[in-house]
Amino acid sequence: MSTIQDVFVIGTGQTAVGEHWGISLRHLAWKAVKQALESSGLERPDAIFVGNILAPRISQQHNLGTLLADFCGFRGVEAITVEASGASGGAAVRQAMLALRSGEIGTALVVGVEKMTDKVGPEVTAALAAGADSDWELVQGVTAPAMAALIMRRYMHDYGVHRDEFSDFALNAHYNAQANVDAMFRNGLDLKQYVQAGIVASPVNIFDGAPDADGAAALVLSSEPGELRPGLSVRVASSSLVTHTLALHDRRDVLSFEAARLSAERAFQQAGITPDQIDLAELYDRFSIYAVLSLEACGFARRGEGWRLARNSGVGRNGQLPISTFGGLTARGNPGGATGVYQMVEVTRQLAGMAQDNQVAGAKWGLAQCLGSSGATAVTHILDGTNRN
Amino acid sequence: MEISRHWRLQQQRYGLLGEKCNHCGEKLFPPRDVCPECTQDSQELYRFSGKGEVYSYSKVFDPPAGYEGTAPYTMALVKLEEGPLVTAQLTDVDNDIVEIGMLVEMVTRKLREDGNRGMLVYGYKFRPRLK
Ligand SMILES: [Zn+2]
Repeated sequence: MSTIQDVFVIGTGQTAVGEHWGISLRHLAWKAVKQALESSGLERPDAIFVGNILAPRISQQHNLGTLLADFCGFRGVEAITVEASGASGGAAVRQAMLALRSGEIGTALVVGVEKMTDKVGPEVTAALAAGADSDWELVQGVTAPAMAALIMRRYMHDYGVHRDEFSDFALNAHYNAQANVDAMFRNGLDLKQYVQAGIVASPVNIFDGAPDADGAAALVLSSEPGELRPGLSVRVASSSLVTHTLALHDRRDVLSFEAARLSAERAFQQAGITPDQIDLAELYDRFSIYAVLSLEACGFARRGEGWRLARNSGVGRNGQLPISTFGGLTARGNPGGATGVYQMVEVTRQLAGMAQDNQVAGAKWGLAQCLGSSGATAVTHILDGTNRN
Repeated sequence: MEISRHWRLQQQRYGLLGEKCNHCGEKLFPPRDVCPECTQDSQELYRFSGKGEVYSYSKVFDPPAGYEGTAPYTMALVKLEEGPLVTAQLTDVDNDIVEIGMLVEMVTRKLREDGNRGMLVYGYKFRPRLK
C-alpha cells in the first residue's frame, strides 16, 4: 500500500448548543468558523466542507457550501455541502479527509451547522424523521424515537434487559455535561428523574433521547502538523464511512449496527490499533439504545452486553471506557448535521489536554463515530494524540 | 404534490404485492429492482399472505406532522410468514396489550391525512389475527 498523506487537526471551534433564535444560520456558522480559524492561525482554507441536514427544508436554503464560503470571506474557494442524515457532520469530515489524503488540497475547513428551532413541534419531528425510508417507513408514521424504540424493545426482549438498565447512559451524559459550557442540559440528572420521565415512544423516555437543537462546530484540517497547544498535535489516524440498509426492516439483524461495525473495523485497521487502546469514545448516543449498539459494533463490548459497560460508572470519565465526555448528544444536545463535527472537536480537545473539567486524564487515542438513519450510515474517525514533542 | 408518488405505490400498499427473485428465490417486500441477496435484477411479482407476527413495537406519543389525529398509536415491525419484516402501524387493538409474538394480519386503512391539501393516503396496517 502506498503511503497515505497524514492529516492533522490544527484548529477547533464550536458554539453553545441550544436555541439560537436571535441569529441566522450563516451567523451561527461564522461563530464556530472564526474560532477554529483563529485557533489554527490559518487565514484561508483550500476547500470547505459543510455538514447539514435540514437547511433546505427548514431554512429554504440550499448550497450552504457557497453561502458560507461567501459569508466567511472565502470567495473563490471550493466548497460543498455534505448530507448523510445524522451522520452529515462526520461525512463532511470524511470528504475533507479524502481530499487531503489525495494531496489535491493542503488545508480544509469543515463546518457542521444546524438551525432547526425556526420551526417547531411536529414539523421538525417530521423533518428529522425523513432520514428513514420515505416510501416504506415514513409514510407509516415513524419518528426517530420510534425507530430507536423498535430496536430497544427487541433488545430488551432478546437479552432480558429491563428498561431502567439503560439509565446509566443518560446519567453519565448529564453528569459530564454539567462542566461543559456549550452543553444544553447542565443541571445533572438522578435515577428518580430518569425513572419518572415521560415516554416519547415506548420504551424510549425523554432522557433516553437527545434534545434536537441549533449549533455549529468547525475544524481546520491540514496535511502539515500544527500545534494545538505547545508541543501538542493531533493526527487523524483513520477515517471510514460505511452504509447499510436505509430501512430498519430490511436488516437481517435489527440488533446489530452493521454499518457501524464495518466502519469501526476499517478505522481500527487503518490506525493499526485495537479497541482496548482507545482512551475515550464519542459515540452517537442520540438514544441510549444507540450507545449500547455502538459499543457493541465498535468492539468495546460483546453482542448483547453493551448495556453492562455503563454499570458502576464504566463509561464515566474514570471508567473502563469514557463516553459522552462532554455530555454526548444526550446532554450536550443534538444539532443534527453539526453533531459529527462537535464529536471531532471534543475528541481533539481531549487528546490535546484542553478539556478542562471534562478532561480524561492521559488520553492518547480517541474515537468519534456518528450515525445516520437509525444506523444506516456510519462514519468513524480515530484520532491520535500520542505524538507529543 | 405527492399524489403521483403515493399512486405509484398503491398496488404494493393495498395488497402487500412484493417480488420473488428469479435467481435465488428470495421473497422481497417492499419490491426492488435489484435483489439485495444475490444482486441480480430479475424478479416476478409475489403476493404476500398478509399474515405475520409482531417482532417489535412502540407506542408513539410524539407524532410527526400529518399523524397527529391518531396519536398515540402503535408502530410495529411485523415479521411476515414468508420472511421479510415490514414497518407498519397496528390497528383495531388496545395499545396496551400488544406484545412481541402477537399474531397479526394485514388490513387496509388510512395512513395519513394532509390537513392543508385534504389528501388522504391509504395503505396497510396490521390488526390482531381473527381466529
Ligand atoms: Zn436474488
